[in-house]
Amino acid sequence: MSVVEQTVKPYSREWLLSDRPQSRRQAKLGRAYVVWRRFGENRLALLGLVIILALLFVAAFAGVLAPHDPLQGDLRNARLLPPGAEGYLLGTDDQGRDILSRLLYGSRLTLLVVVLVAVIAAPVGLIVGTVSGYAGGWIDAVLMRITDIFLAFPKLVLALALVAALGPGIENAILAIAVTSWPPYARIARAETMTFRQSEFISAVQLMGASPFRIVMRHVMPLCLSSLIVRVTLDMAGIILTAAGLGFLGLGAQPPLPEWGAMIASGRRFILDQWWVAAMPGIAILIVSLGFNLLGDGLRDALDPKEAGQ
Amino acid sequence: MAPMDTSAVTRRPQRRVPAFASALMRFIVMAATTLLGLLAVTFFIGRVIPIDPALAIVGDRAPQHVVERIRLELGLDLPLYQQFWIYLKQVASGDFGTSVLTTNPVLTDILRVFPATIELATVGTIIGAVLGIPLGVLAAVKRGSIADQVVRVIGLVGYSVPIFWLGLLALVLFYAKLGWVAYPGRMDIVYEYTFTPTTGFYLVDAIWQGEWDVVRDLFRHIILPGALLGYFSLAYISRMTRSFMLNELSQEYIVAARAKGLSEARIIWFHALRNAAVPLVTVIALSYAGLLEGSVLTETIFAWPGLGLYITNSLQNADMNAVLGGTVVIGAVFVGINLLSDLLYRTLDPRTRSR
Amino acid sequence: MTPLLTVEDLRVSFPTRTGTVDAVRGVSFSLGRERLGIVGESGSGKSQTGRAIMGLTPNQADVRAKKLLFGDMDLLAMPPKERRLLRGKRLAMILQDPKYSLNPVMTIGLQIVETLKTHERISSKDARARVLQMLEAVQINDPERVFDLYPHEVSGGMGQRAMIAMMLVCGPDLLIADEPTSALDVTVQLEVLAILDKLVAERGMGLIFVSHDLRLVSTFCDRVLVMYAGRVVEELSSANLDQAQHPYTQGLLNCLPHIGSHRHPLPVLERQKEWAE
Ligand SMILES: Nc1ncnc2c1ncn2[C@@H]1O[C@H](COP(=O)(O)OP(=O)(O)OP(=O)(O)O)[C@@H](O)[C@H]1O
Ligand SMILES: [Mg+2]
Repeated sequence: MSVVEQTVKPYSREWLLSDRPQSRRQAKLGRAYVVWRRFGENRLALLGLVIILALLFVAAFAGVLAPHDPLQGDLRNARLLPPGAEGYLLGTDDQGRDILSRLLYGSRLTLLVVVLVAVIAAPVGLIVGTVSGYAGGWIDAVLMRITDIFLAFPKLVLALALVAALGPGIENAILAIAVTSWPPYARIARAETMTFRQSEFISAVQLMGASPFRIVMRHVMPLCLSSLIVRVTLDMAGIILTAAGLGFLGLGAQPPLPEWGAMIASGRRFILDQWWVAAMPGIAILIVSLGFNLLGDGLRDALDPKEAGQ
Repeated sequence: MAPMDTSAVTRRPQRRVPAFASALMRFIVMAATTLLGLLAVTFFIGRVIPIDPALAIVGDRAPQHVVERIRLELGLDLPLYQQFWIYLKQVASGDFGTSVLTTNPVLTDILRVFPATIELATVGTIIGAVLGIPLGVLAAVKRGSIADQVVRVIGLVGYSVPIFWLGLLALVLFYAKLGWVAYPGRMDIVYEYTFTPTTGFYLVDAIWQGEWDVVRDLFRHIILPGALLGYFSLAYISRMTRSFMLNELSQEYIVAARAKGLSEARIIWFHALRNAAVPLVTVIALSYAGLLEGSVLTETIFAWPGLGLYITNSLQNADMNAVLGGTVVIGAVFVGINLLSDLLYRTLDPRTRSR
Repeated sequence: MTPLLTVEDLRVSFPTRTGTVDAVRGVSFSLGRERLGIVGESGSGKSQTGRAIMGLTPNQADVRAKKLLFGDMDLLAMPPKERRLLRGKRLAMILQDPKYSLNPVMTIGLQIVETLKTHERISSKDARARVLQMLEAVQINDPERVFDLYPHEVSGGMGQRAMIAMMLVCGPDLLIADEPTSALDVTVQLEVLAILDKLVAERGMGLIFVSHDLRLVSTFCDRVLVMYAGRVVEELSSANLDQAQHPYTQGLLNCLPHIGSHRHPLPVLERQKEWAE
């Protein structure tokens, strides 16, 4: 078989799709391009991406986008106005505050919660899982036992108990959710580590005298990242729902913060006559967690076509 | 070339039956250590995190001598490991302390409210499985079709919607506006005086006693929260069913079944589903456990007098003993359900079963 | 006399995201009550040819043929239900690996009974007797015991015999065996082949035997089709294997090891674009 060396323009489609990449970068970009194309074919996944981008945008520019002050309402003239009332697109709550503005600002809290939980829980899970999977033996046994114990708790109930002890507040809610979130990540990272612990390239690095610490940090962890990212994305919706649940029970963000779950709780009293006060924040939660779920689903399908839903 | 096939059968090891027993043993040991860990975590939450655990238990307004007594009871002046030991001994003897709110022992309270939660979660799981499995099968068989997309979206929305919010809206619609279901609570107040439940599982009791009026009333109360929990369970079960069925339908034994001339219906509902049922059992068990958790928020919306409502009420009143007791019980039930589902898995899959 | 099977210009194509994959591109042959071998490298379309004849092509694929006749029945024109009832009854297929082609949660006996009950009105007792008889016919010594075993409890060779029993129990006219021995240990392969050989001869079935192994096929079959990239590149009778014309067939023959020859470098199969045209 003769190989015809063609010169293709770098970064063009053919260059990216070449099955003989000339450099490591070309290979990497090529793989990313394939994943992106698979992702892009999935309309629902794109919708998810759009929702999340919109969330980021809204959170960044809440100050510009919001027509009213989220905390200070017009108690005299604007109490419990229905959606569509002049100047209040989504209506107002019992304090005369514009619901739309509160939702826009609330997106910041939502984003804060998911980002902080991910930043705390994912590395913990990654470290526990890779160390456990790489070390094996009793270290593995002990770490997995601990992981199992945390998995055995229903997440929300454990978070409730923790917040009960720590005291209500958004920081404690985040901490509590993070404590309940890491075990699945540890499981995934461990499973991934086990699959290539025995592989040639790890033995090669071992032969070169790399320390276990270095191997885990430089060679094992990066390989676990993609499945971990998918899982974290899929978990985001659950995190948002748990945070909203805590807020609803009065254990998360405290008034007057425009946290969506707490907003539903405060709208509960008027649900029969002024349904929108409770309904609007729920819709916001639904849209955002749907966005994360769609995105996570699409990512998983794109990264692992075997599992693909289509 | 005849007599070669005695050796061709893999000799079944004699220790198969003991293997099952040893698996059971291992499960029990695992469950025991998990429970111990569970208690260590609740101990940590209840006795280590709070600045003054005694105050956390009796509340700020308790008189000084009560606080002192609790301090002594908990052994707060002793080293931590001794305190943990005291805690373990108490829990082992069924003593989770006294609830400030109800002034009853926490265990008594929990035993009283738990059947309501079990009943609700069971109704939810039944609804979820009865609807979710056929939907999942449909989605897998008609993969990529509109039906598949619809099932997928139903599932994703179920994963994404806040349960308490959906509950509130459902109450407004079906109770306040349409009047199809009864008001929040477990049954109408009138029946509180005429109906004496024996086991705490009202539906079972009422059917057993032949009190059909009560059954109807109970049904009108449980249907909405049950359907709500059922929806969440459906979202999970249908999704997993779909993925298990897709996996089974791509196996070679399905091709072989077609080559035998079996009908599609038999291939799907008998061959593929029977194989998918093996992992599905675990999924249904997990979803049941998940509903116990989901009941925390659902019960607050529907004033359902179960463990979830008990825990949230206690939370609101900073009743630490009750919160921790409830947490331990739900955690223990979780562990138990996991153990059961593992054992059930083994009996369903001949590859792991002793014969 | 009409042949058992007539295939003319059979085409199978799969739509995929990157375009259409033509797995089979115009295969023609006809078959009496004889043994036909199909050889070719992996991906050459052997299995898809067999499956198209059985009617087991995946839904998304497109199957066409100028003629696809079983006896004088037009397989492509007949209603799906009738076609299904042909399968297992008159047309049968043995798959490659018994580890995967038997339902893991059903006992072997019941899986064979199922074939019978699908095609014949028969009492459970009679069905059981017939199955035990069939198990004996595939040289299983203690059929009573094997009847109640699950697939994972038997060896590969035993599993493949059960598979043969399952497919032959209704007495089909045509059997397609898709690499029936490739997944088995070398020692067991010969046993299973011998059983197959005997049953096909006794019952006068037509056989399509799919394999990678040209030498094996030539000893086992009367005629051989050599497939490359979805086409038949050559048809030979087994006796005249060495008269192969096509360079691809010659290449296949060349790759077979000969005792006593030390060839360096090892021959490599050559492929040329034109062959696929
Ligand atoms: N579901 C499918 N979708 C797309 N292409 C397919 C599908 N099934 C088979 N093919 C393609 O059809 C071609 C022929 O496949 P087939 O299974 O008939 O090969 P084969 O000759 O039996 O090979 P092997 O010896 O490996 O079994 C292959 O190139 C394969 O890629
Ligand atoms: Mg094949």
